[in-house]
Amino acid sequence: MSVLVVMERTGGRWHRTSWETLAAGQQIAASLGVGASAVVLGGSAAELADKRLAKAITVEHELLNAYSADGYTAALSQVIEREQPSLVLFPHTYQVRDYAPKLATRRGRTLVSDVVQVRVEGGALVMVRQLFQGRLNADYRCAGEGPHFASIQAGAYQGDAVAAGGAELVSFPPTLENSAIRTRAEEPFRESARAVDLSSAEMIVSVGRGIKEQENMPVVEALAQALGAEMAASRPICDNGWLPMERQVGSSGQTVSPKVYFAIGISGAIQHLVGMKGSKTIVAINKDANAPIFDVADYGIVGDLFEVVPALTEAVRKIKG
Amino acid sequence: MKILVAIKQVPSRDGQLKTAADGRWIDESGLTFEINEPDAYALEEALQLREKLGGEVIVLCAGPERATASIREALAKGADRAVHAVEDNLESADGFHLGRLLAKAIAAESPDLVLTGLQSDDFGHGQTGVVVAELLGLPHATIIMQVEAGEGSIRVKRELEDGWFQYLTLPLPAVLTIQSGINKLRYATLMGIKKARAKEIRTTNASELGVSLAAEATIERVYAPSRSKQTVMLEGSPAEQAAQLVEKLQREVRVL
Repeated sequence: MSVLVVMERTGGRWHRTSWETLAAGQQIAASLGVGASAVVLGGSAAELADKRLAKAITVEHELLNAYSADGYTAALSQVIEREQPSLVLFPHTYQVRDYAPKLATRRGRTLVSDVVQVRVEGGALVMVRQLFQGRLNADYRCAGEGPHFASIQAGAYQGDAVAAGGAELVSFPPTLENSAIRTRAEEPFRESARAVDLSSAEMIVSVGRGIKEQENMPVVEALAQALGAEMAASRPICDNGWLPMERQVGSSGQTVSPKVYFAIGISGAIQHLVGMKGSKTIVAINKDANAPIFDVADYGIVGDLFEVVPALTEAVRKIKG
Repeated sequence: MKILVAIKQVPSRDGQLKTAADGRWIDESGLTFEINEPDAYALEEALQLREKLGGEVIVLCAGPERATASIREALAKGADRAVHAVEDNLESADGFHLGRLLAKAIAAESPDLVLTGLQSDDFGHGQTGVVVAELLGLPHATIIMQVEAGEGSIRVKRELEDGWFQYLTLPLPAVLTIQSGINKLRYATLMGIKKARAKEIRTTNASELGVSLAAEATIERVYAPSRSKQTVMLEGSPAEQAAQLVEKLQREVRVL
């Protein structure tokens, strides 16, 4: 019995959620009364020497210098074969989404992904995850010996809670064949430089699916104009081309923290929340009182945005004269 | 090119979700259902590839009887035929076992390319395509925003985090998970709806495919999440709500 945490490191930089997952792994291991270890691919685990871990494993191979699902799966499968962990934890990053289901499948196991909490009940693991874009939660009970596989949602655990101690530094050279890596990746790139930098905006009026039609966009644009705020949107609005992609807030768009963030007709799926929950004040306007956006909102209005927003625009105009 | 698209039927986004009496799933009565949105984009991508390259688009859906409506919709949009793995209570299977069911059904068709949405709106595990690829022994790429077909291979644009992208080339056959927004969705035409009635929907199920729908991780309880933040809810008419909000923004937040 042990917990193995897979840390993500790209180009010499730790993915921030790696620390959150490491803290989760240490806490779960303590509840189970077992040890935790960490493993790093494509980089060194040496920085983990002062963490409370049984082992910090560096998996070294020239075929792991660049990420591939085939390479990572083969290498980690060998690590798991040797370490025999009862639980393998990943940060729920885009990269993890690309290979962790493959790895779990190769081990004949299921991956419980995007988990917000792991509890130990009567010696068994119970994992909490969101259903229906955060509108409901579910407890998953894991049966049998394991290894069980789970990825941890960004922000679910505190990265600064990683416990200090000492770890034995171990190097693991996997057996990998060049021919086993079937995909050929080109250099990552960014689309043309962003013309709009929402990160410095004081106020942002953001619109979601609740707006229903492109023809309705002026309803929220009028509010943004009255406030002197920047316009932004959740992903589906930009997917539809109703606002340019560069105004998208969320995991695949920009991360913002304005003084006030107006979430209008946005239900609050986690992909959106991660991009705006650092805002100083959040105002949510939504017709569904159970929408997850109200979980992060400071001020909430349950109502029809087509009535509330024009009233708000009017009230703002009055003040501003 | 023979393209298979795996779609899922999910509750419509607007529906009010209630926990079922046994507390282990939602009460589906009174809900309407639709094609999972990322899967609709995967279907559209398949149709566009067929328009460019010729070939066939086959829709695969695992789900209860009611999923027939979504399968018909996919056929009305232009898919050539469909396979329906008819199973109730798929929510009690885990991602691995559901993947085995789909992989068996896909293997019987030997497609050149398998497309599916990057995640479902109900479970949101975001793993079905990857699990299926591993079970079929095929290469895969996830969160795809563009597909260029080549000779025996495809080049795809994959979305990374924070606005980064990357091109990847994969040999065919391969599996791709498609990101919402990759294309513009079409509506079914009246002609399409008429034609769909004559198109084949072959049914199968887990026992016919020799797959057990067990689970290593099972849902024990479904419930409304608890609120971690004290939200000040503003009540009254829209004008009253607006007036209260403006006052809060002035006095408490000190903007305006």
